[in-house]
Amino acid sequence: MITLTEAPFEPGALLSDFCKGRDETGAVASFVGLARAEGGNASILELEAYPGFTENAIAAFAVEAAGRFGLQDWRIVHRVGKIAPGEAVVFVATASKHRRAAFEACDFLMDWLKSRAPFWKKEHGPDGARWIEPTAQDRTDAERWD
Amino acid sequence: MARVLLFGRLADQAGWREREVAAESLTALRASIANDDAGLAEALAGPGVQVAVDKALVRGEAALAGSTEVAFLPPMSGG
Repeated sequence: MITLTEAPFEPGALLSDFCKGRDETGAVASFVGLARAEGGNASILELEAYPGFTENAIAAFAVEAAGRFGLQDWRIVHRVGKIAPGEAVVFVATASKHRRAAFEACDFLMDWLKSRAPFWKKEHGPDGARWIEPTAQDRTDAERWD
Repeated sequence: MARVLLFGRLADQAGWREREVAAESLTALRASIANDDAGLAEALAGPGVQVAVDKALVRGEAALAGSTEVAFLPPMSGG
């Protein structure tokens, strides 16, 4: 399940919920991405999504991951709107029978989210605001799975 | 009427995010926008800008029925 939210979320609570009631799951892997202050250069990160379109694109990534790695389940929560340094931006959890699939699917989902997800990201700092596009490293990371 | 949505730097440039535009096709829609704001029409045709009609990406021309939603998507930042 994918959720976009303007409100801050607590990653620990999401992970606890995701782990509940799993008597056939041997492995849950999770990742939390936090907003960086960039040494004071980023006071606020602003993320814009296209409601409906963005969730569909991310759900398609997860379906791809589920097929490739044999996932039992997945959960993605992504912030939109204005995010302060130190707040969680993204939570990804994957569940599988054995650990390798859970680790790899989580890694894959983050690489695709970072480079291919329909978000538009603006960094607000002391010198104004600027739009951010994926870095060359983000693209190379995602291409590892092609 | 098509409901036109702009995202990211395109919305900043235009000074609006959503607007109703009367147009029967994507080409007519672009012409109508150009009539109002030539710089914006140029940006909408710029490199890396994708177009979604009713939340599905399209290339080139598309017919726009009564309540169609047209979104102009600048290069995506990723999450």
